[in-house]
Amino acid sequence: MGSTITEKILANHCGKKIVEAGEFIEPKIDIVLSNDVTAPLAIKEFKKIGTKKVFNKNKIVLVMDHFTPNKDILSAEHVKFVKKFTKEQKIKHYYEGGNAGVEHALLPERGIVAPGEIIIGADSHTCTYGALGAFSTGVGSTDVAAAMATGKIWFKVPNSIKFVLKGKLNKWVSGKDIILYIIGLIGVDGALYNSMEFTGPLCKKLTMADRFTIANMAIEAGGKSGIFIPDEITEKYIAEKGQKNCKFYSSDRDAKYIKIIEIECSKISPQVSMPFLPSNTKPVESIKKTYIDQVVIGSCTNGRIEDLRIAASIIKKGKKINSNVRTIIIPATPGVYSQALNEGLLKIFIDAGAIISAPTCGPCLGGHMGILASDEKCVSTTNRNFVGRMGHTKSQLFLASPAVAAASSIKGYIATPDMI
Amino acid sequence: MSDIILKGKVRKYGSNINTDEIIPARYLNTTEVAILAQYCMKDIDKNFVKNVKKGDIIVAENNFGCGSSREHAPMAIKATGISAVIANSFARIFFRNSINIGLSILESTEAVKAISNSDIVEINLSHGIVKNITKNEIYKSQPFPEFMQRIIKSGGLLGYINKKMNFLNKLKK
Repeated sequence: MGSTITEKILANHCGKKIVEAGEFIEPKIDIVLSNDVTAPLAIKEFKKIGTKKVFNKNKIVLVMDHFTPNKDILSAEHVKFVKKFTKEQKIKHYYEGGNAGVEHALLPERGIVAPGEIIIGADSHTCTYGALGAFSTGVGSTDVAAAMATGKIWFKVPNSIKFVLKGKLNKWVSGKDIILYIIGLIGVDGALYNSMEFTGPLCKKLTMADRFTIANMAIEAGGKSGIFIPDEITEKYIAEKGQKNCKFYSSDRDAKYIKIIEIECSKISPQVSMPFLPSNTKPVESIKKTYIDQVVIGSCTNGRIEDLRIAASIIKKGKKINSNVRTIIIPATPGVYSQALNEGLLKIFIDAGAIISAPTCGPCLGGHMGILASDEKCVSTTNRNFVGRMGHTKSQLFLASPAVAAASSIKGYIATPDMI
Repeated sequence: MSDIILKGKVRKYGSNINTDEIIPARYLNTTEVAILAQYCMKDIDKNFVKNVKKGDIIVAENNFGCGSSREHAPMAIKATGISAVIANSFARIFFRNSINIGLSILESTEAVKAISNSDIVEINLSHGIVKNITKNEIYKSQPFPEFMQRIIKSGGLLGYINKKMNFLNKLKK
């Protein structure tokens, strides 16, 4: 019996030839990640362990991105506390202020994460790096504390579900629509405890940006990880970051899957997840006219340059943002911000009446920079639409692609770009 | 070692109770458990904190704790006095966070189906048996794998790590 890519990466990191689903292992970790919400707790716990030094000062990444630039005094105290720890421990990768961005966009952009690695992060969207062919997953603060001390973590080897992506993508359909469609199909616990492996002929045509978006939302189906088999597109991406000697794993033909699901992607039209679960997915054209008060384009799911380009192209065509719609554009990283500036995208947004925010997770989790009032409705390119996620418990959040979000900001109601 | 028994009144919820409902992100600018506990479940049940009594037990359907990795969620639940959570299934990060910090959790579809809100329930954690005192019924839960039991017996992940590191240090000496 062969192994999946996930089993191979895990086996390699605990010095075994093979591991099997259900087995408990304690593999070595390549990168340990935490942010301004989870790191303070992780550091407090780390200090309770009988060791003074972190296992490797180059393998810990601390990104202050959730409530930054600090939204209040308590958040500022948290960042100060983390900063002090990074100085004491001489941590190499500390990002705050001008070099900080949304962590899951920042780490691949800076070449900190690579194919074949194990990455854990005290942030549920750590599953994003599976796009590179790495095993990466979200854990808690105590896990991060233990991993910072020992360089290891406990895992149960997950079963894998294979998603075979077939067909051709329709116009305006992106990675976001594919993953929203899949979550709608299998439900918010459809992949609970499992690794979601994305394969099939369509994958070769998916950009890294699309792959990051798809892997990013594996957690929204309950997945432990989302993973793509690395290929020439991956190779080109990491070569641009100057990364060398990465291990490219793939799944054996006779690897074991608990389920194989074929997705005919040519059937997918632009999708929207209705409140209050990411799995309440519908084709945009099938919903009744829904007027909105806010649009957010950004986050670890859709705040990359490719996302801003498509939003700008639609907004440029529509010229003016609807005066009822507060439209907030959040480039995910300083790199994306700078690139968008060079390409003239920011001017298109500002001239159309949008707001440009500093890179931050901000409104995605109801932190700051765009909190909703009661009864307000928002189309957002983020990843969760739970009750109260972006503000008042009576506000409503509709998840969609940057194309749908941009079109909606022009029309004033949830719309597809074809309507512009 | 004597059996660990937990007893309390049931607070029953549905499926997909997520971390944003357990502890909204707007309160995550602190790690103080007493403060977090004040806002636990606020967005779906504003009377939860007012009514909860030490020892009470949350019973929920599928995928309890889905969403964020925030450990503040099981911490907040534990700090309100809740002694255990029984569900059909748990979201995986919430599950491991609970094991790591020592919040008792059990998976039992049998118990979830039979237990009603406000029932008085007694859990024998050592044997994974749930006794419904109100209805005079007994349900079984899935036993924890041996590896997880080692973490639980060490008082959580930090206890487990410390034990292991002490052992390694002794070997070195």
